[in-house]
Amino acid sequence: MPARIPRVYRTEAIVLRQRKLGEADRIVTLYSPQLGKLEAVAKGVRRQTSRKAGHLEPLTWSTLLLAHGQNLDIVTQSETVESFMALRQDLQRLARGIYCAELVDRFSEPRVENYPVFRLLAETLRRLSTSDAPADVAVRLFEVQLLAFAGYRPQLDRCVVCSGPLTPVTNAFGPALGGVVCPGCRAGQPGLWPLSVNALKVLRLLQRGDWGTAAGLRVAAELQSEIELLLRGYIRYVLETTPRSAVFVDALRRDPAEALSPTA
Amino acid sequence: MNDVLSAAATPVARLIDEFHKLPGIGPKSAQRLAYYILRTSADDANALAQAIVDVKEQITFCSSCQNLTEIDPCRICRSDKRDPTVICVVEEPLDILAIERTRSYKGLYHVLHGVISPIDGVGPEDLKVEELMGRLQDGAVREVIMATNPNVEGDATAMYLDRKIAPLGLRVTRLARGLAMGADLEYADEVTLTRALEGRQQV
Repeated sequence: MPARIPRVYRTEAIVLRQRKLGEADRIVTLYSPQLGKLEAVAKGVRRQTSRKAGHLEPLTWSTLLLAHGQNLDIVTQSETVESFMALRQDLQRLARGIYCAELVDRFSEPRVENYPVFRLLAETLRRLSTSDAPADVAVRLFEVQLLAFAGYRPQLDRCVVCSGPLTPVTNAFGPALGGVVCPGCRAGQPGLWPLSVNALKVLRLLQRGDWGTAAGLRVAAELQSEIELLLRGYIRYVLETTPRSAVFVDALRRDPAEALSPTA
Repeated sequence: MNDVLSAAATPVARLIDEFHKLPGIGPKSAQRLAYYILRTSADDANALAQAIVDVKEQITFCSSCQNLTEIDPCRICRSDKRDPTVICVVEEPLDILAIERTRSYKGLYHVLHGVISPIDGVGPEDLKVEELMGRLQDGAVREVIMATNPNVEGDATAMYLDRKIAPLGLRVTRLARGLAMGADLEYADEVTLTRALEGRQQV
């Protein structure tokens, strides 16, 4: 007889998203440090007196007790570890937090453990809930680091074609090649985007994952948007789709009512 | 599922098929419902059929509050007993029924028909936001109450609308949140408890 599998197991997880199921249930998508991405049924959480609901809201870090189910596992208990409350009170930061959660969801296969991704998401949500931290820099750092942990680390130190050193001139970025292309190798390479010297410098800094330095950086708006567009393009190339919540982040920027708020 | 039902006469099979399309109705329930209809009187069956036809033919959206209605503007919007200076913004028509049951709200409503959910690709342009902004332009409304659900999407929607309405200088409020009737402090989450503490009132 095989060893008996315990009926319940305990794990921590950050809730990435949820969707309604039936009358009063939800399916929650979780990201666990030990188990990676998993889906579970949270029964009765849409009822007013649910003891679990508040601990299973998106972007909440909770300790959970799950029971093996026939199809999906079932959340039987939950308790918040960190609720990132400040993040929920600022629309700009909330939108960025949701975007980060969507990226983790899209870059992860179910039940594949990837602890660095969990740590990165937790750190990023904490940065987004710190009011004086630059929210956009936190998201750019998140994107660059997530790409690396998911296996798509862009090559920024050498030319991806000739492996030669990069000089401080306008180089190019090739999403299909996965990195920077030097001017000498550009010919004949389709789908390249220009990459300025300063953008390359900032990207390298983000790739080192040094939040202290990155957060203190003064980056001109034009350079910020060059880096954002490049990362978004690369992410779109890798995922073969545009993350949906990016549209909302953009809409908030365009909205004249939002222009008054200095948060972003 | 038609070949499974070849034992049943064609009109019965059709009825079973139609019931099966309803939410929460599996093949067995669909069969039970169909055979129940077979046994009921012709009057009852006709009443059901007519009710379904009427709903589809007569119900439209109120041009003002976007609620479901058979007359436009709807009964709430045309009532002279309601306070036209307050608008309560809700996600779905069913939320109006819930608030009406309290009998403690006398203002008007506005139904968004959804909630901002960036991860599902639902943005403000998919909701009845422009219709709401249109109702606020003439200065008759003094307060807008955000009665979206107390979760991430509801909060995002309320914050978005608050920022959009703010330049008009209206009072924008959000339903209080705290401990539910019959709840247990021990199981309350931090966000709820914090809000409950902030919103505490004299006993």
